[in-house]
Amino acid sequence: MVILTPDEAKKIIDKVLSYSQADELSVELTGSRTGNIRFARNTVSTSGETENLSLSVTAIFGKKIGTATVNELDDASLEKTVRRAEEVARLAPDNPEYLPLLGPQKYLESQGYLDTTARLEARQRARLAVESIRPSREKKLSAAGYQEDSAGFQAIGNSRGLFGYYPSTSVNFSVTIRTDDGTGSGYAAADYNDVAQLNTRAATEVAIQKALASQNARAMEPGKYTVILEPMAAGELVQFMVRAMDARNADEGRSFLSKKGGGTRLGEKLLDERVTIYSDPQDPDIPASPFSSDGLPQQKVVWFDKGVVKNVSCSRYWAAQKGLAPLPQPSGFRMDGGDASLAELIKSTERGILVTRFWYTRWLDPQTLLYTGLTRDGTFYIENGQIKYPVKNFRFNESPVIMLNNLEAIGKPVRTRGSMVPPLKIRDFTFSSLSDAV
Amino acid sequence: MNRRDFVRLSGVGLGAAMLPDTWAAGKPVPAAELLNPGLDPAAKKILADVALNTAKSRGATYADVRIGRYLRQYFFTRETKVENIVNSESYGVGIRVIADGTWGFAATNQVTKEGIARCAERAVALAKANAEIQTEPVVLAPQKGVGVVSWKTPIQKNAFEIPVKEKVDLLMKVNNSALQNGAAFVTSNLFFVNEQKYFASSDGSYIDQDIHRLWPTFTVTAIDKAAGRFKSRDALSAPIGMGYEYLDGLASEKHSVMGYPTVYRYSYDMVEDAILAAKQAKDKLKARSVPAGKYDMILDPSNLGLTIHESVGHPLELDRVLGYEANLAGTSFATLDKWRSKNFQYGSNMVNFVADKTQPHTMAAVGFDDEGVPCKEWNLVKDGILVNYQATRDQVHILGETASHGCSFADSWDSVQFQRMPNVSLRPSPDKYSITDMIRDVEKGIYILGRGSSSIDQQRYNFQFSGQLFYEIKNGEIVGMLDDVAYQSNTQEFWNSCARICDQDDYRLFGTFFDGKGQPGQASAVSHGCPTTRFNGVNVINTGRKI
Repeated sequence: MVILTPDEAKKIIDKVLSYSQADELSVELTGSRTGNIRFARNTVSTSGETENLSLSVTAIFGKKIGTATVNELDDASLEKTVRRAEEVARLAPDNPEYLPLLGPQKYLESQGYLDTTARLEARQRARLAVESIRPSREKKLSAAGYQEDSAGFQAIGNSRGLFGYYPSTSVNFSVTIRTDDGTGSGYAAADYNDVAQLNTRAATEVAIQKALASQNARAMEPGKYTVILEPMAAGELVQFMVRAMDARNADEGRSFLSKKGGGTRLGEKLLDERVTIYSDPQDPDIPASPFSSDGLPQQKVVWFDKGVVKNVSCSRYWAAQKGLAPLPQPSGFRMDGGDASLAELIKSTERGILVTRFWYTRWLDPQTLLYTGLTRDGTFYIENGQIKYPVKNFRFNESPVIMLNNLEAIGKPVRTRGSMVPPLKIRDFTFSSLSDAV
Repeated sequence: MNRRDFVRLSGVGLGAAMLPDTWAAGKPVPAAELLNPGLDPAAKKILADVALNTAKSRGATYADVRIGRYLRQYFFTRETKVENIVNSESYGVGIRVIADGTWGFAATNQVTKEGIARCAERAVALAKANAEIQTEPVVLAPQKGVGVVSWKTPIQKNAFEIPVKEKVDLLMKVNNSALQNGAAFVTSNLFFVNEQKYFASSDGSYIDQDIHRLWPTFTVTAIDKAAGRFKSRDALSAPIGMGYEYLDGLASEKHSVMGYPTVYRYSYDMVEDAILAAKQAKDKLKARSVPAGKYDMILDPSNLGLTIHESVGHPLELDRVLGYEANLAGTSFATLDKWRSKNFQYGSNMVNFVADKTQPHTMAAVGFDDEGVPCKEWNLVKDGILVNYQATRDQVHILGETASHGCSFADSWDSVQFQRMPNVSLRPSPDKYSITDMIRDVEKGIYILGRGSSSIDQQRYNFQFSGQLFYEIKNGEIVGMLDDVAYQSNTQEFWNSCARICDQDDYRLFGTFFDGKGQPGQASAVSHGCPTTRFNGVNVINTGRKI
């Protein structure tokens, strides 16, 4: 069994600590079982299952740090791993940015582990894939998809008495449906902690509908358009902004949060006042680990409050340099929204473009957070509140900071890639060229 | 080690965003252990036969086994500090079988007769289970067994034998040189890889290979605090299939163009490049923002290599063309009907692309691929016309060919092999023509060096690339530096606008160390050779914004 209980994990960590000759020792123990199935052209292509337990030991002498890992947990292996980490540490140069390990911490409770997912077997995995392939075959379309489920735990401990344990499960599914003539393509994705919530057939129906509706798209002139970004598309750009919120980079003058003449934009209103973004490890829709990998507690943190930059993540080292409180990066985030559904956002739009998702999004300028990428798998023209026809994919060049100042309306958040993101209606979104890709 | 651990190990995580999960696989070990020779080939043959015999006895019609030892050493520094040094080793066995016309794959780190037999049984059981929902039975091109053979990357200095201190000293010299020349920040890295791969198959091949590659790189940042602006410049090095001799910085392997940038071929002067980078990053802060419009582009191999990779390498992967990658990377505009027509004009008639896994110093060069096929060279685009793809043993019959192209690769013993890109390179012009000649012939143009932002659609039509250095050309002269430059085009239109190619003397390699593909994702390393090349009337956009 690779998923240890808190007591079992603590016992192993305590044993590892007992072997230490270093000034300080930090231990991380993780275990997981991951299964996957991949399909294309309406048939299974590959599948696999892996189990792994991994122990990582970091030894510290003064400011010298060394790490070693092992996946065998007998006493001899544990001791050997500690000796090996100590050996690497003795050989390492000093790291002047090293800070002593954290002492005991209080962590919140977070419920991210579901038995239903942990018990998933190969046959059930194949059945979920078949439920996606079958409707595609019936409609003479072509399905390509991937499903991965995982159950595991993470335990941390150190020689200053810190201990943390967090079990979690996850399932990720995605499917692309293409028409046989190659003129239509649709996509749907879903991710949950609980596999019981995953309905591959329903997700596939959405992708089928988009594939059929996107056939024979018309070309529209690139330019500035009002767009409705489905949560998958909106989330992609918003997460780039959230992940770029780093105090050190901002202070050093190399961030979108750096200010002319020095200083940062912390406390300034940077976005539309309807934008509030926060993270909470106890969010029932996106439960997350209550601690970061270096042991800092994860708590509810508001990053943007009514458009104002409220908090910026900060490493322990930089916090000590600047006399601030350290603040770890969140694993996911929630962007507050309203009650409007995607359909209602479309209905309220006189003229605009509906974007299913973005593809190959890459930064162009870290200073302005300008990104480029393309629309994919379902782009439609909206007129007088109705979807009129499919349009060819566009390349966009846009910054989430500019986009969140051009906000028209916010819909109801849904889970996408571990975050809760609403569909967004944005004016003057910049499309710079057309793509023939389907 | 998982990705999160790796990001932590890498400190600020420069590069972490561009590193795939698979790079982090492996357990950290002391540097000395990287010199341990590992199991000898005779012992590996005995273990391999256990896998092959077990698979056959369980009903496999074909089996191959890879016993792999993957050694990596990487260095992370910023300014005057070494953030981390990681030595890792990953060792295990992957077994792939065909049973009931279906692939099955299983892997284990138990490199014992018992562990391998159990793993082979699992692979056959998985194949048989998947056969129930399989509708396209595997058709495998024949491959005669090659017997007991070996191959080694021709290196002069094994990077793993160079002391850690020497490498740290080099990076500290690089960083200090950049800081002394006006950089506000600098991060630098060294990546070293040694793959010791043993392959055996039921065809009667027993192949032992020792593969080396490395990548020295840095990013230098200059800041204008008063204006609240910053600009960076990345190294102009190439990740390359060489030993530590690549870092010798031989004068014979570099040249500068009209007194402007210095470019490197098979030997790299990292300290000199860092000094230039610091000065150029400062120059970028004052560079003129480009007026959008049409320009003639002169693209250095350090920039054009990525464009080749994305707009020629990926669209000609046969599995993409067939739809196997539709759910992630996408499909391809270069469909089979275009190839069958024998007149699809991929580029202008001077455009010739060759695929190979044999070219010296390239990262895809090996003796045999990961299904035991001897490596070779073949044409993809000949005189501008699409003539072929990249294929593996189970695909090549679709092209009417009877021998695989040798494009099978797995990034680890525990990853299943599939079709991966060989080196894809643009042939130089047979006529004598230098970069200086090329610049002199341009009236209104931009000369671009270095790898920058890149983005391309899922069928590889529309792309946008940026770079590291942009020089404005007016009437045959470089007149100054530009900024905020990105070029946008369509693959076929772009390659048909190819107007001149420099000669063999200017032929250099670009490389990508972490090319991602597949679900779950795998990384591969590949090189792209080309000389400096001119494209007429390319659309340039201005990427400057204010927030």
